[in-house]
Amino acid sequence: MWQFFHKLGSPKWFFGIATRLMPWLLWGGALLLFAGLVWGLAFAPKDYLQGNSYRIIFIHVPSAFLAQSVYVMMASAALVTLVWRMKLADVFVKAAAPVGAVLTFLALFTGAVWGKPTWGTWWIWDARLTSMLILLFLYFGVIALGAAISDEKSSARAVAVLVLVGVVNIPIIKYSVEWWNTLHQPATFKLTEKPSMPMEMWVPLLLSVLGLYLIFGWFACLRMQTEILIRERRTRWVKELVQAEGN
Amino acid sequence: MHPIRRKRLTIVLFLLAGIAVAVGLTTYALRQNINLFYDPSQIAAGEAPLDVRIRAGGMVEEGSVLRDPESLKVEFKVTDFNASVLVEYTGILPDLFAEGQGVVAMGRMADNGRFVADQVLAKHDENYMPPEVAEALERASAAKLKAGDSSSADTAY
Repeated sequence: MWQFFHKLGSPKWFFGIATRLMPWLLWGGALLLFAGLVWGLAFAPKDYLQGNSYRIIFIHVPSAFLAQSVYVMMASAALVTLVWRMKLADVFVKAAAPVGAVLTFLALFTGAVWGKPTWGTWWIWDARLTSMLILLFLYFGVIALGAAISDEKSSARAVAVLVLVGVVNIPIIKYSVEWWNTLHQPATFKLTEKPSMPMEMWVPLLLSVLGLYLIFGWFACLRMQTEILIRERRTRWVKELVQAEGN
Repeated sequence: MHPIRRKRLTIVLFLLAGIAVAVGLTTYALRQNINLFYDPSQIAAGEAPLDVRIRAGGMVEEGSVLRDPESLKVEFKVTDFNASVLVEYTGILPDLFAEGQGVVAMGRMADNGRFVADQVLAKHDENYMPPEVAEALERASAAKLKAGDSSSADTAY
């Protein structure tokens, strides 16, 4: 266990593992996401109240789910940065933050598009929507802070502290619909209890969520590899790799 | 674990616990402001301020919707099954507005105990189902009502 953990600290070792893992993540994710979206958007039954407009759930829920999940992963990596000073953890935080920001924006945007016909408004300052907007700003803050400090080590520590401070927002997002009166309804897609929707709607939703996880994994690997190559450009293994590619 | 790492871990955990407590106390102190709307029981108990724009939320009572045939004026009762508030509204209602559905109305309390709304939003619940299932459920509950079981009133919203 500890040996694996220490190996994970080696950028070279990770680079090799990521190269082997990426095709699986990409094709597995693309397949699941495609199946989930086609099934959900074209074949799943429509809702008795909302008709077809509910189908935005197949994009809204996976992106909102991932937006929070990515932040939790970043917070775990930030803890590793602060305690074990592992470089790779910082590489992950920097690589994942823009992806998380895009997913959060997508969740807010699809929610607004759905809210107009369903609720009657694009936006309302209720606890769920506001805490999700704060998550978007946290992602922006992480990206900006990471880019503003040029020294690698101080940048890693500053970003890790910001990410960890922001993690208190995650339970607020998740439980906002239960703790307070909100316009946003409680969660439909639940992993621990019986879902509030029939199987022929829930299964495509599950496929989309899993597919998006794998696609995120692929994208994170790709961005981490790029970041590793830039940071390790003076080491011998990167020079050898580049030469081998060039021949 | 290395003692220096253990120390760092302790510091980080204390930092997290401190922030969690601070945020927890803040949201607890602001809980009334974070709540999007007052429910009818709170309004009946006089907790909602007069002459301030507030939101009232709850379920549209069955059989309480009165539409003025001459204009867009509509009147309905919003209930949480303990108390209900009469809401007046002039304008176009959202598609999902129906008796037995959740709504959030924005406006102010008038002196006569009525709530004059200038915006009505529909509140959707977390349940999704195909139209055929909804019809089947309705038929089943109608059959139950005919059989003389009056205690099966649907209170979920």
